[in-house]
Amino acid sequence: MNNTVKPIGDGRTKGDVLLEIRNLQIEGESDEIWRPIVKGVDLTLKRGEVLGLIGESGAGKSTIGLAAMGYARGGCRISGGSVVFDGIDLLAAGDEARRKLRGSRIAYVAQSAAASFNPAHQLMAQTIESVTREGIKGKGEAEKDAVELYRRLRLPNPEEIGFRYPHQVSGGQLQRAMTAMAMTCRPDLIIFDEPTTALDVTTQVEVLAAIRDIVEQFSTAAIYITHDLAVVAQMADRIKVLRYGKQVEEAPTREMLASPREDYTKSLWSVRKLGKQEQAGGEPILEVRNVTAAYGNAVRVLSDVTVTVPRGRTVAVVGESGSGKSTLARVITGLLPPLEGEIVFNGKTLPRALKERAQDTLRRIQMIYQMPDTALNPRQTVYDVIGRPVEFYRGLTGAKKEARVVELLKLIEMDEGYIDRLPGELSGGQKQRICIARALAAEPELIICDEVTSALDQIVQEGILQLLMRLQRELHVSYLFITHDIATVRAISDEIVVMFQGRVVQQGPKTQVLSPPHPPYTELLLSSVPEMDPDWLTNLLTRRKDQPVAMKAGDR
Amino acid sequence: MTESAHSPETAVMPAARPSGGRRTRGERIWRALRKAPPSAWFGIVVIGIYLVVAIFAHWIAPYSETALVGGAYEPWGEQFLLGTDQLGRDMLSRLIYGARNTVGIAFVTTLLSFAVGGVLGLIAAVSGGWIDQVLGRMIDVLMAIPQLIFALVLLSILGSSVVNLILIIALLDSTRVFRLSRSVSQGVVVMDYVEAARLRGEKLPWIMGREILPNIMPPLVAEFGLRFCFVFLTIAALSFLGLGIQPPTADWGSMVRDNAALITYGDITPLLPAGAIALLTVSVNFVVDWFLHKASGLRE
Repeated sequence: MNNTVKPIGDGRTKGDVLLEIRNLQIEGESDEIWRPIVKGVDLTLKRGEVLGLIGESGAGKSTIGLAAMGYARGGCRISGGSVVFDGIDLLAAGDEARRKLRGSRIAYVAQSAAASFNPAHQLMAQTIESVTREGIKGKGEAEKDAVELYRRLRLPNPEEIGFRYPHQVSGGQLQRAMTAMAMTCRPDLIIFDEPTTALDVTTQVEVLAAIRDIVEQFSTAAIYITHDLAVVAQMADRIKVLRYGKQVEEAPTREMLASPREDYTKSLWSVRKLGKQEQAGGEPILEVRNVTAAYGNAVRVLSDVTVTVPRGRTVAVVGESGSGKSTLARVITGLLPPLEGEIVFNGKTLPRALKERAQDTLRRIQMIYQMPDTALNPRQTVYDVIGRPVEFYRGLTGAKKEARVVELLKLIEMDEGYIDRLPGELSGGQKQRICIARALAAEPELIICDEVTSALDQIVQEGILQLLMRLQRELHVSYLFITHDIATVRAISDEIVVMFQGRVVQQGPKTQVLSPPHPPYTELLLSSVPEMDPDWLTNLLTRRKDQPVAMKAGDR
Repeated sequence: MTESAHSPETAVMPAARPSGGRRTRGERIWRALRKAPPSAWFGIVVIGIYLVVAIFAHWIAPYSETALVGGAYEPWGEQFLLGTDQLGRDMLSRLIYGARNTVGIAFVTTLLSFAVGGVLGLIAAVSGGWIDQVLGRMIDVLMAIPQLIFALVLLSILGSSVVNLILIIALLDSTRVFRLSRSVSQGVVVMDYVEAARLRGEKLPWIMGREILPNIMPPLVAEFGLRFCFVFLTIAALSFLGLGIQPPTADWGSMVRDNAALITYGDITPLLPAGAIALLTVSVNFVVDWFLHKASGLRE
């Protein structure tokens, strides 16, 4: 029994060293060649301390997180260094010994709880599985404890939620149930691997607060992995910045936020400062008038939505998942014919369905997708992808087509050496650039950007946003920019449309929407966006306790 | 907007080409072949030998497939390496011509069934709605009747010519190809790049041929190998039952049947065509296994 709950004091009690990683080297295999992923990282974690690991994708954050449990993913191997957990050398210990530790003293919370729970079992059975299997607790005792944890994690109906199946609760609740699962054995160390990345901002606040509380209550040591600086600022005592499998720098949170030493860290910090002067709207290029839409005969996804996009401007549509943002894009493009209302483009009403629209109309409205991986055909080269619309809309072939493709590549700041590459040979940011070039190849007047930066690292995001803004200045395209990220909205928009449950809650010029007073939902949304201030979460929670937000949308 | 110096993404990105440019298709195939396991190599070599034998049967075989060159059931010897059959035709020559007939017909049949089933499956997946329903139900009806019995009935009604044989087996086999091609296409149809093609205004043939087909090729090719074996076995079975390839054309299935009596006397000659069938089936499966393993792993 490992139930020695330390006194819940003011702040976290930090004890002796719990985890010590020295000169960790991890290699990954591709094409039967082993390449280093983690190149000599040191890490020390004391009892009750939370260490934040940040960096862009490919920096080796998750790999290090798993290595802290003595585990290497398939296709990876730990090739050097040592991982000592509470005096036990995890790399030298056998598989059996490591497995024992993982069930009882080290726990792991994965990024996507939805993918990590077994859909065929109730939450309770999965929550207590490891403790009962290890024989740490009996079934009855474990269940009682799980209910207590559910309560502490502020899950609704803690007595009953354990009898639900994973699909019957929301993503945010599932993420908290997973944290409960990790806590049941009262581990000394928990590894959180991007636990809130897949959640909406409004939900994220709840989960962050719950995790922080419970880690504090049991003074558990934690490694918190994320790419979001503002999040890590709320959670961690110390921050370690990683890049290309090496440490860039490490410092206590406040010190790191106030005065980062390395250039790379500074660049991470400054990404959020991107901004654009708001420009007043001109004549409208697109008007969505009183549109109502539904999938099949089911629930209405959009009701009475009216949105106007002025020519050469950027209109940002914000809202959490399920608010109907992407459906709005599908209605505009004609993929989902609306039940009521009309789409007016360049002063003319467009046919509702895609098939009835003229090719030239299709050309003028282009779309860029969230996931460049699925938006590019893996079997088509860059030349095929960009060349097709050039050929299809403008009828260029041969040398003329190739010249145009090269021209478009220049426009998106890539050189012609990429022309024969397949998408698999490009980075995430490069793929998204190719998607932009494909849209530009049609010479459109309106580009619908559906969460185009949310799958990318922050620095890459900045590059893409700058490119989009430059293209707007040079080519005068208009953007309908769908996003849930308020920082992006601040950076690029002229006007903002706030959506909630298929309705437009607020709409207007950027400065007007972003400055108080806000309607309740806008207030909730805006206040939920993490800030770089380490006291932000604490202050927010105190504020919300004092004046509860009217519209409680976060619990999903 | 001043931080571009730290980002490799914001300056014009030069593409560091791998030395010597992109690998060509031939080089990629050769690279993959070099890493193939021995079982796959065995399969490839055997299939190669079969192909050579089938194509050059006319020059390799010592006698014609239909000529009566000796007495019935002559034993193995100098003149007839593998003896003669019940009519006095040279067994070895008939085995060699059998490769051409049986393998050739099976190959054409499989090709046809993939053309029909594959295209219909793609259409069903891309179109969805009632087209998908109608096609799906028709295929269900065909699949509800046991394949061999259905083939027997149709062949008895229509008469067993080579053309009928090919058409009937191709039709019956295309049902399974349809199912496979429809289900793998459905995984691709939902991808954003297919939606992007639709938004561009592309027509059905482009979406099917250029956007989807290249992405479903690996499972289709693997299935081709397996279906080829099944078609091959079906033809052999039908021939054994007397409704397949008709005499005097040499065919492994009917060769087993015609000489089956010899087994009673401890002569293994009738097992040779059966062995030829078995060996080819095993070889094709080796190659398919390797291919599936490659296709399911990481892409190059």
